[in-house]
Amino acid sequence: MGLSEVKAAARKRPKLQIFRDIEPALFTALATASFVVILGAWLLVSRLGLVDPVFLPQPQNVLAELVRQLGTGEYWTHIWISVFRVTAGFLLACAVGIPIGIFAGAFRAGSAVIEPPMEFIRYMPAVAFIPLIMVWVGIGEWAKILLIFIGCFFQVVLMVADITRRVNPDLLHVSYTLGASRWQTIETVLIPAIRPELVTMMRLILGWAWTYLVVAELIAVNSGLGYAIMKAQRFLNTEQIFVGIIVIGLLGLFSDRMFALMHKRFFPWL
Amino acid sequence: MTTAAEGTEPRIAIAGLGKVYRSRKSEFEALRDINLNIGKNEFLTLIGPSGCGKSTLLRILAGLEEATAGSIRIDGEPISGPGADRGMVFQSYTLFPWLTVRENIEYGPKLNGVPILERRKISDRYLKLIRLEPFAKAYPKQLSGGMKQRVAIARALANKPKVLLMDEPFGALDAQTKLEMQQILLDVWEKEKTTVVFITHDIEEAVFLSQRVCVMGVRPGRIVSEHVVPLPASRTEETRMLPEFVSLKRELGAWLKH
Repeated sequence: MGLSEVKAAARKRPKLQIFRDIEPALFTALATASFVVILGAWLLVSRLGLVDPVFLPQPQNVLAELVRQLGTGEYWTHIWISVFRVTAGFLLACAVGIPIGIFAGAFRAGSAVIEPPMEFIRYMPAVAFIPLIMVWVGIGEWAKILLIFIGCFFQVVLMVADITRRVNPDLLHVSYTLGASRWQTIETVLIPAIRPELVTMMRLILGWAWTYLVVAELIAVNSGLGYAIMKAQRFLNTEQIFVGIIVIGLLGLFSDRMFALMHKRFFPWL
Repeated sequence: MTTAAEGTEPRIAIAGLGKVYRSRKSEFEALRDINLNIGKNEFLTLIGPSGCGKSTLLRILAGLEEATAGSIRIDGEPISGPGADRGMVFQSYTLFPWLTVRENIEYGPKLNGVPILERRKISDRYLKLIRLEPFAKAYPKQLSGGMKQRVAIARALANKPKVLLMDEPFGALDAQTKLEMQQILLDVWEKEKTTVVFITHDIEEAVFLSQRVCVMGVRPGRIVSEHVVPLPASRTEETRMLPEFVSLKRELGAWLKH
């Protein structure tokens, strides 16, 4: 085969191969490029005056607003109260949902009792519970935490049940033949086996928790990032709206990275 | 139908064992009238085509499935469910991926409350026996298939079971590794002195490892013939060339074609 034929053969293979790994440097470059393109498009559209700045503020103004807001104690109060609500609702949903999910996944009877009603409830929009929540617990902190809890809890249970069912049954059989009781098998095999996927699940659910937070903070509040966004809207202050959205995005990114780090740190066997 | 190897009282006594899978519409007889005595420290192999119920028989022995007829006694005691007296090695890799090699081996003793220093001694001994001392701190994902199965054997033996049940443990390994593993298993068996019930569909493997081979047939799953292996206790690669080895292989091959 001549050199030209080799080259022709190489050219025929498409660059994008399904699941094929790419150079880490190329990955970073592409990821950066995608941010740059988004920012560039934003800059272009707003600079050319294609859109009224009331609808789409200029990036540098948003940045200036971001710096200004983060310089005020008030904005940090909003951030902290939002972080508190998300964390409380999320942790509560995990603390209650994970054991129930394991029970439903491990035992067929548990699955029968727990999963059908959960499947039913999870299709009800959490937002529709808001009036009910206000009747139940009023409009205080518990109302926000409860909304986030409702938004996450049912998903947690069903996802944990599914994760639990996917554990290789031979691992359980091995532990039985090594003398483990049913409870010991749950403790020393089932739970360790699902830990990495539990962390992945929590990472996903935390994203949802942030979404429900913003919804929760649209109702009867005077603090939090959702409130800050709503207040800005009333004054048509689009820069502040953008700041609120970006801060939530950054907090989400930060917590997501924390979970990714935990995964590497706690599960060296993967 | 059978007596245990001479000079030993049976460790496992299987009598009239049957297994029928019933669903609403159909019935499937997986095992019929299995009678078998297995002696203390005997190495017995069950060989047969797929569908002959050899794995089902082993899983019933382990207590992971229930028979629908007959009984199994270990040292005269009827079995009820799985227990630490019957260790098992599976064909699929079943090491706990979150535990190191040493922790995998110590899993059984730890469950049974063996103190840590004692556990260390046990795992040291078995790491040496399976020749994997340098891998004590490795996780299963860092091991080759053959190494994983060696650890699985060590993990089962560290629990001091009366019986070691092996369900085609080398079935997924390449030919060269398989030969190596057979030699290691025989060394371990000689040093450990335990009763082994081994399952395979590889005739050569059956002859090389066992003292006695039972051939199983299909529809329904049953024992069709039984062969004492006329080979010296200690076996090497040269054993495979002996005329007795070759003729028993031929005989088993003929029975399997029935």
